[in-house]
Amino acid sequence: MSAAVLARGVRRTFAGREVLRGLDVELADGDFVALLGRSGSGKSTFLRALAGLDRGVEGELLVPSRRSVVFQDARLLPWASVLDNVVLGLRRRDALAQGRAALAEVGLAGHEDDWPKTLSGGEAQRAALARALVREPQLLLLDEPFGALDALTRIRMHALVQQLCGRYHPAVLLVTHDVDEALLLADRVLVLSDGVISLDAPVDVPSPRLRADRQFIHLRSRLLAELGVDETAEGAHDPLVVRA
Amino acid sequence: MTLLDARVVEHHDLERLPTRAVADTTVRRRQFPRGLERLAGVVLLFAIWELAARVGWLSPKVLAGPSTVLTAGVDMVRDGTLGTALWASVQRVFWGLGLGIPIGAALALVAGLSRTGDDMIDANVQMLRFVPIIGLQPLLILWIGIGETAKISLIVLGVAFPVYVNTYAAIRSLDPGHLQLADVVGLGRWSRIRRVILPGALPGFLVGVRMATAVAWLLLVFAEQINARSGLGYLMIRAQTFFQSDVIVVCLVVYAVLGLLSDGLVRLLERTLLRWQPGR
Repeated sequence: MSAAVLARGVRRTFAGREVLRGLDVELADGDFVALLGRSGSGKSTFLRALAGLDRGVEGELLVPSRRSVVFQDARLLPWASVLDNVVLGLRRRDALAQGRAALAEVGLAGHEDDWPKTLSGGEAQRAALARALVREPQLLLLDEPFGALDALTRIRMHALVQQLCGRYHPAVLLVTHDVDEALLLADRVLVLSDGVISLDAPVDVPSPRLRADRQFIHLRSRLLAELGVDETAEGAHDPLVVRA
Repeated sequence: MTLLDARVVEHHDLERLPTRAVADTTVRRRQFPRGLERLAGVVLLFAIWELAARVGWLSPKVLAGPSTVLTAGVDMVRDGTLGTALWASVQRVFWGLGLGIPIGAALALVAGLSRTGDDMIDANVQMLRFVPIIGLQPLLILWIGIGETAKISLIVLGVAFPVYVNTYAAIRSLDPGHLQLADVVGLGRWSRIRRVILPGALPGFLVGVRMATAVAWLLLVFAEQINARSGLGYLMIRAQTFFQSDVIVVCLVVYAVLGLLSDGLVRLLERTLLRWQPGR
């Protein structure tokens, strides 16, 4: 397998504060990697660097030319129809047909001519996913794409993303602060803390992945500890524990 | 209707919220439609005005009654004076808006899209914006005389500023997420302008256009009262010299109707162009 992402010695400084301090990350083709980190840890900064949106990074970055990003907000242009949003910037003769097919794939057939503001949060995020997939990306960058969704919609989106990634096999980097989400979706988890990758572990939980699985629970505890969360405190296990 | 047990209320210091009585149809007040009630107020005002004019409380030199105004209006339409004046005025506003809106929008685009343009244009416009437009009239007369061009130039200037200010502000406050998206999907410079920046700035531009139409009629009245030989303002000034308050009121009514019409036109434009906004 060839590499989809090669990042070496990536540094980023904002106003004297070093957010990324020499990051080394390697993603193989078809890898689904979750990048975990506390808020402010620089995980979104790294994703922006991989997306080519940040000209201020130092170090070496090799990424495929076909990249797509899904942001936390669907980021649809409100003045363009859903279909026009999906094919925005796509320079192909059959772009519209491809766009329709992508919308059908995410379950939005029939919404082609809708205005984005008439979609629900989940529908808008599915349209954003269609916009990312129609470009047939070799690298799919997901920047907390489920963060703004309600719990039920999130479960459905997880399944959809899994299904689509299984079909198209892009390398995926999912930035999230949700440990469960990372363990449900990714083959490998990275933890970013203090500007470097502090943990790089495969997720060897047999599928279908269940939160009650022993390996799941074990890995979950390890990741939470790495992220500095003490499960025994703050009633993390027992919702009935009320702290005074 | 069953009331809650009084003891409950006593014990818990509860407050009873006003609710609708259940199936209480016996004492329903007969109501007039809201629109009719509002109209009644207007009718009353006109009735008092007419009465005042008939009885002689209002001298025709001060303010003619509604019926006199109506007759004067009909006469002015019949002999063509109103039509001619109206056409002259509408043409001036048309030219003023037709030149002023594109000038304001073009300047805003140049200033909003390039740093050099911003440095060259914005500071100057923001400074000149505070010069009262009407105060420019003497200067305009010095430059281009008192002809048609001077009147239209005044309107053009007055129109360009609100269009510029609103369009520029709209470009500056575009959603940075949308601009980032343009980068992510690899839009070129021109596509970026056409697909993201222009449609994003359109609501602000239309607010500017709406303000500009109001300004255009305002400046028209002013321009036409100085050295004009045609137009509604000219009719009013002439009527003033002959103490014809009825003619003045007719012209004022026409101005109001024109303002209302052009505002409605811009609203229609907004509804068609901003169909994507919720609630339109």
